[in-house]
Amino acid sequence: MIKLLGAFFLALGLIGAALLGVVYQIWLSSPWQLLWLPITVVALLLMVAYLTYAERKIIGYMQIRIGPNRVGPRGWLQPIADSIKLICKEIILPAKSNRFLFIIAPALAMAPALAAWAVIPFDDGWVFADINAALLYLLAMTSLGVYGVIIAGWASNSKYAFLGAIRSTAQIVSYEIAMGFALVGVLMASGSLNLGDIVRAQSGSHGILDWFWLPLLPLFVVYFISGVAETNRAPFDVAEGESEIVAGFHVEYSGMLFAVFFLAEYLNMILIAALTSIMFLGGWLSPFADTPLESLFAWVPGVAWLFLKTSIFLFLFLWFRATFPRYRYDQIMRLGWKVFIPLTIVWILVLGVMVVSEFAWFAPAVSSTV
Amino acid sequence: MTSLVFYIFATILIFAAIRVVTVKNPVHASLFLVLAFFTSAGIWLLLEAEFLAITLVLVYVGAVMVLFLFVIMMLDIDHKTLREGFGRYFAIGSFVAVVVLLELYMVFKAKGSDLATTTAKAMAEDVPNTVALGKVLYTDYLYPFELAAMLLLVAMVAAITLTMRPRRSNKYQEPSKQVEVKASDRLKVLKMPAEKAE
Amino acid sequence: MTAALNHLHLFVPEIFVASMICIILLVDAYVPKAINALTHQLSQATVIGAALLTLLNQPTETTLLLHNTFVSDSLSVTLKMAMYVLMFGVFVYSRSYLQQRGLLKGEYYVLALCALLGMMVLASAAHFLSLYMGLELMALSIYALVALNRDSAQSSEAAMKYFILGALASGLLLYGISMIYGATGTLELKAVSDVIAEGKAESKLLLLGITFIMVGLAFKLGVVPFHMWVPDIYQGSPTAITLLIASVPKIAGFAMLMRLLVDGMSGLHSTWGDMLIILAVLSMALGNIVAIAQTNIKRMLAYSTISHMGFLSLGMLVGTNEGYAAALFYTLVYALMSLGGFGMIILLSRSGFEAENIEDFKGLNKRSPWYAFMMLILMLSMAGVPPMLGFWAKLAVISQIVNAHMYVLAVMAVLFSVIGMYYYLRIIKYMYFDAPAENSPEIEANTDMRWTLSLNALAVLGLGLFPHTLLQLCQNSL
Repeated sequence: MIKLLGAFFLALGLIGAALLGVVYQIWLSSPWQLLWLPITVVALLLMVAYLTYAERKIIGYMQIRIGPNRVGPRGWLQPIADSIKLICKEIILPAKSNRFLFIIAPALAMAPALAAWAVIPFDDGWVFADINAALLYLLAMTSLGVYGVIIAGWASNSKYAFLGAIRSTAQIVSYEIAMGFALVGVLMASGSLNLGDIVRAQSGSHGILDWFWLPLLPLFVVYFISGVAETNRAPFDVAEGESEIVAGFHVEYSGMLFAVFFLAEYLNMILIAALTSIMFLGGWLSPFADTPLESLFAWVPGVAWLFLKTSIFLFLFLWFRATFPRYRYDQIMRLGWKVFIPLTIVWILVLGVMVVSEFAWFAPAVSSTV
Repeated sequence: MTSLVFYIFATILIFAAIRVVTVKNPVHASLFLVLAFFTSAGIWLLLEAEFLAITLVLVYVGAVMVLFLFVIMMLDIDHKTLREGFGRYFAIGSFVAVVVLLELYMVFKAKGSDLATTTAKAMAEDVPNTVALGKVLYTDYLYPFELAAMLLLVAMVAAITLTMRPRRSNKYQEPSKQVEVKASDRLKVLKMPAEKAE
Repeated sequence: MTAALNHLHLFVPEIFVASMICIILLVDAYVPKAINALTHQLSQATVIGAALLTLLNQPTETTLLLHNTFVSDSLSVTLKMAMYVLMFGVFVYSRSYLQQRGLLKGEYYVLALCALLGMMVLASAAHFLSLYMGLELMALSIYALVALNRDSAQSSEAAMKYFILGALASGLLLYGISMIYGATGTLELKAVSDVIAEGKAESKLLLLGITFIMVGLAFKLGVVPFHMWVPDIYQGSPTAITLLIASVPKIAGFAMLMRLLVDGMSGLHSTWGDMLIILAVLSMALGNIVAIAQTNIKRMLAYSTISHMGFLSLGMLVGTNEGYAAALFYTLVYALMSLGGFGMIILLSRSGFEAENIEDFKGLNKRSPWYAFMMLILMLSMAGVPPMLGFWAKLAVISQIVNAHMYVLAVMAVLFSVIGMYYYLRIIKYMYFDAPAENSPEIEANTDMRWTLSLNALAVLGLGLFPHTLLQLCQNSL
């Protein structure tokens, strides 16, 4: 068992080190920025822990239950107890599974989910790697998450897991297209692939009305829903589908390996929520800019606004799960290919006209970049 | 430091590329191919060709190889039939390879390679790679670029023509019709006089 | 920006065809039950419209546009006009054949028009990239068309062979192009030609590049020893698709030869000229001799194509403008005859029956003297009997070779033409001197098909009586 865990963390460490090496070599201006890495990771893990708590509480209240309330005051220590339990549990390797791939799959799910955070700006200039192609980088990273799922499903040597993997593959590849087109809209509106520039392009003299959610409304909606699909969350969770295929791709996983899948899923949720806030809700910008309230809230740091906006979307994730029944597989495909993709293409056309004619949001003074 | 990273990437790349061909299990082979793409993307990053690197990961690793894996996993590939006749073809194949190699060697030996003399146009320092590519693609190469779009259209039309067979037995639901249904179509509310208690 | 948009009117036919392709796709998808009529008519209108636009927008001199990727000169106008005419004929002939076999789908028209667009691009290519894109656009559409009858194992096999060999040929061509790029540092054909003329390019690399390009071209044209695919594809495809493959792409093949070898690498004429000699002699020999042994008429015509392509290479290898004009003349004439020949096969086919064997032409004179006469004209012309058009085409090419003092080649060309006559005349013998097979029914065809086919064959005769108009046109195009 110890050998197994050792191999797993070695793999995770190697991938992490490789990514870090690249990031360090290419984008970091000074070594002290490396300090932010552990801080960010710890903060994210804490967020994940309390997101699970929030999920159980919120869904509990929506279903007129109380939710966890035994461990610690009001159940606040529940996530800690959960993680201790998961760490202590035995990891079971299914017979005839592919050992190496079985162990490496959770790491492959986790690595891109963490790596994507390298380019997220938490506040003006407060970004780990300020690269110009950040938007593309993010799209690439979110599309890599599927490997963990496929490999887990295949290596488990189980029908349920395999079905889950196959479903997930088709779903993620389909929604990636709509997601990519939505990002093209953001790119056109801001004139940049750099996330910092995208946020700055949303600042203006009308506060909340300058943010991209308004001119890009259809893309905003499509992006967020595709994000839900891309993270395999309800109502698009056919990859897990506990009522049909038990738990889908991670049915054979237990203990720490399962926990890593869990972490990756929640990390991806937070990532999508944060990205939606950055690209459509003005990131770190204050919603009270250019209103009488502006000076009243001037003391609030940008990162708090971002956190607040992210929380809204995280709440939506949970709300969806509590409300909607699961989509059927063919309905998912129909929605992705026949509704979202045409919708985004049409809106890109409309957007092109708006940008070229310098309509309202796109007057030269407002779009300040490039 | 950069050269160290390069050598690490290059070693992994070569190792992965060799394994793609030598490994027996097709799923493993395609995973090694993914690794090879990833490391070559890393090398491109070192060359500051960020757009190409990320697009390689996005398109090949994120989409093409996923579909590849999808298909390979669905197929039950028999390794033995794949390897049949290997010995026979190996002899012919290696003979052709050696001949081509010799020919190339003779040509280049005659008067070295002059590939170094024609260098690519230097890139402007301050223009990001993505912007530079975009500008070239939509000006100098607009015509081939648009033709590529037509090519993709043809590929799409051809693929659908050759594979789509609408089956009569499929039961489709039309969501628009489902949505249009009103409660009154399905449910009839009857008024009945309440029975009187004794 | 403005410099790039100058002379854009010369590019209008391409834009028109591309837009019409999209419109036809949409119409076909959303206008129900009207497929047969509307899609067909729209496709015909596309071809006619493109022809009008090409005629209206002729260049006054050789003009490069779109950042030197597109050239418009009199050659491109001539080639495109020939393509439109042939494509129109293909659409007319194919319609009822495809309809009877349930293959007349909107996709047929879309793919055929995409192939046409690809060929137009080839005819106007001034850049390796646009040339390659045009080639692929044409080839990809045709691969799909060959497989159109997807329930037939024969068609699928033909499509597979065509696809794999075509991809191989494209690969070789690209490999060659990359070497030329390495040697000259440019992809623009005119610039390549300049660099070669100045002698700045590294000759070894250039040599290697041109060898690969020639192999790729030979594959695409189907000349010996790169001809293996031709008979199988001709036989395996539905006849209407064979008709398409055998006619219009030959013009595109000639365009490719002209653009690559003459526009791009005329400085290396001595190199590719020698290669063409080998290809030409082998093609004429093998094509004409093997054709004799065939019983399947599509296969026979495939070998005849190989020999005709060899003849075409003869015109090219002379390396003078007159030689190119003769080759152009030959190409146009061959494509016209080939269109008519396959049109006749389609005419004899009916639902559930393919007139694939030479025997099926037995006693055609008794069944339908008029069409037997049409076939007679076409076969005599292919054989090169005066006063048919085919004779003048052969004469033009051979006289150019004689002018270039390549007497041995000229003798061989004549010799192989004489051998080739045998199998063309055999068909005539079957039609006029053999009794028809029992229960062979009346020929049934649409009016438009009857008229077009008759016009096609009569054009071969009529132009043969006055060959100088067409020859003059070809000479003016260069």
